[in-house]
Amino acid sequence: MNTLVWIVLPYLCLAVFVAGHVWRWRHDQFGWTTHTSQLLESRLLRLGSPLFHLGAFGVIGGHAMGLLVPASVTERIGISEHVYHLTAVWGGTVTGLMLVVGLVLLIARRLVSGRVRRVTTTMDKVLYVALAAMVALGMTATVGTNLLGDGYDYRESVAVWFRGIFWFQPHTELMTGAPLVYQLHAIGGFLFLALWPFTRLVHVWSAPLAYLWRPYVVYRSRRGAPPAAQPTPAAVRDDARHPVSSGR
Amino acid sequence: MRIRAQVAMVMNLDKCIGCHTCSVTCKQTWTNREGTEYVWFNNVETKPGIGYPKHYEDQDRWHGGWKLDGKGRLVLRSGGRVKRLTRLFANPDLPSLDDYYEPATFDKDILVNAPAGLKDTPVKRPHSALTGEPMAVTWGANWEDSLGGAHEHAGADPNIARMPAEAAAKVKFEFEKTFMFHLPRICEHCLNPACVSACPSGAMYKRAEDGIVLVDQDKCRGWRMCVSACPYKKVYVNHATGKAEKCTLCFPRIEAGQPTICSETCVGRLRYLGIVFYDEDAVLAAASVPDERDLLDAQRAVFLDPNDPAVQQAARDAGMPQEWLDAARRSPVWRLISEYRIALPLHPEYRTLPMVWYVPPLSPVLDAVGAAGRDDTDADDVFHTIRDLRIPVEYLAELFTAGDADAAAGVLMKLAVMRSYMRMRTLDGTVAQELLDSIGMTAEQVEAMYRLLAIAKYDERYVIPKAYSKDAAALEAQAATQEGCSLDCEGGPGMSAEATVQSFHLVAGDEVRPGRPGLLSRRSDGRRGLTINPLRSRS
Repeated sequence: MNTLVWIVLPYLCLAVFVAGHVWRWRHDQFGWTTHTSQLLESRLLRLGSPLFHLGAFGVIGGHAMGLLVPASVTERIGISEHVYHLTAVWGGTVTGLMLVVGLVLLIARRLVSGRVRRVTTTMDKVLYVALAAMVALGMTATVGTNLLGDGYDYRESVAVWFRGIFWFQPHTELMTGAPLVYQLHAIGGFLFLALWPFTRLVHVWSAPLAYLWRPYVVYRSRRGAPPAAQPTPAAVRDDARHPVSSGR
Repeated sequence: MRIRAQVAMVMNLDKCIGCHTCSVTCKQTWTNREGTEYVWFNNVETKPGIGYPKHYEDQDRWHGGWKLDGKGRLVLRSGGRVKRLTRLFANPDLPSLDDYYEPATFDKDILVNAPAGLKDTPVKRPHSALTGEPMAVTWGANWEDSLGGAHEHAGADPNIARMPAEAAAKVKFEFEKTFMFHLPRICEHCLNPACVSACPSGAMYKRAEDGIVLVDQDKCRGWRMCVSACPYKKVYVNHATGKAEKCTLCFPRIEAGQPTICSETCVGRLRYLGIVFYDEDAVLAAASVPDERDLLDAQRAVFLDPNDPAVQQAARDAGMPQEWLDAARRSPVWRLISEYRIALPLHPEYRTLPMVWYVPPLSPVLDAVGAAGRDDTDADDVFHTIRDLRIPVEYLAELFTAGDADAAAGVLMKLAVMRSYMRMRTLDGTVAQELLDSIGMTAEQVEAMYRLLAIAKYDERYVIPKAYSKDAAALEAQAATQEGCSLDCEGGPGMSAEATVQSFHLVAGDEVRPGRPGLLSRRSDGRRGLTINPLRSRS
């Protein structure tokens, strides 16, 4: 059971994440879009979308810091455990709250605006449920356990297990001892990665940074062979008038 | 000098009767799909009026087009590259659907399925084409048709706001005093397109061969910066596919040497299509001239004379076939813009160097002559009206010459002279040399201009060379193996293979890729099309 959840599932999800993106990129360029609905509803989006996205950047950055950087490294560069804890908890709480408020606004506009509701696909609904669940678990862990509760040092357990996955040395015993909310958040996180390539989240990989350097006006040559010349309406008319006498 | 060819259009506004045939045939060809219900690649608006979408000409509000910064450099009015990327999450300059209009449909089934013997006549009612909910129709793409509602709305026309106060005060929207004309609009296929420049993905491009501005449907990621950057608001979001779409200048027809569908079906025969040679290296400098009123001449100077042997040689060196050189020499667009100089660009002050130009309408002036008790067949009276009344010349100047009333009046003079000259020529055979001298044109020129504008033969209106390729054999081999046109996907602009073959006369047996299933973009009700419950009433 432990092997299944803490070894097989992560690798399976990562495989789907990679293969899914390759498949989607090759076969669904037309569907690869932010799927903007600002045209249909702008009032809630103008507040919700920036909050959600900026919050998400903070949260993703926080995860990278907490999971990828070993505690020994932060200590060696002079960041004490206490300072790290304060930064992580408060940074996580603030960006997390931005994410929550943004997500609530974005979900609300899907429900409130009939126009946006109609362009909401099944995949969007799945994505919103998954996002909400992940954010709820993450906020429970950060606010519930670390800010208000006794605290839990995930850097000695969850983070080590997570990094182990990429060295092909995952230690399941590190996760079995973690609190339930951390276990669920970790499982959910990998399932979320597996869902990623099949949702509109793929637009993340198209962040248009190249725009900063390219020339303004883009010229491109026509593809393909030119179509055959067609007779003008006048020629069609004249041919109809003189079908035989033209001698052709 | 880097020579390029551009397929361009001129519309003779005097002949537009506002029948909307161009809009309807365009919509049937390109935007009769889910997601583009509100989209009109071609629309006809009545001027004065606020247009479609509402107030699109008010760039203080939408920040479309280009402007010069403090140092005289050309920058997008909506800001630089970094600023644009910070606005990806929410674009503050994007028009909402209500700035266009909520498209409506009708529950016609209630008429078709009405049982016999009803006491009351069944009535079909409007439902939103987006949500299926009952709605009241309160706006549309041509809501102000022929000044409908002008007493309420037309005062908000951004062109009137920019006019001199004295002249603007004279534009009273009382029906017996006012003037009006129709303005058909398509994408301008600009030489310096703001939409292309604002596209973060690089999905929009200007075709090197013919200058047509297109959106690569596979590369568009739905950042919607093109919509707000275009000052003419001629790029649209397809809300079903999440991609930008715009007028394609019917490129499959243009490539086959045929006019666009709006031109082909134009009842008034007011559209002209032809190619213009221009110097790509001169575009930036022309768009950057300090005085807005110099933009018209600056853009004319970018065009290259197709009769100049040096230009012809440059075109040949650039790989253009002889057919294109001949077409450029015969181009009605070149003649109207540069030879007769009676065509003017729409809003040159946006600095995009638009390539759909207009012969301004003389008819509002003639109406004013009649209203003032003068003789609208007398050139002198018409001249005086043009000079004295200033209305609607000031208004036309806001539209076509960045407010330069003299430039607009000069064009109207030419049209009035042509009218008087041809009247005398036809009635008693006299050649009114003093009239010709007043506009500095020869008799041959005026008579040729008259023939092009008034007789307007099909072959003279549309001089479109067939698409060429530098290496035709290789491209044909490529065409046989490649997937086809990227517009032909499900929900995309060219989705219907059958319609494409019919509309564009593709050769029988041509490959047109069938629609791909929109696996991840299908709506939750699993259906394409609208469900209307006729029993629900408007709340």
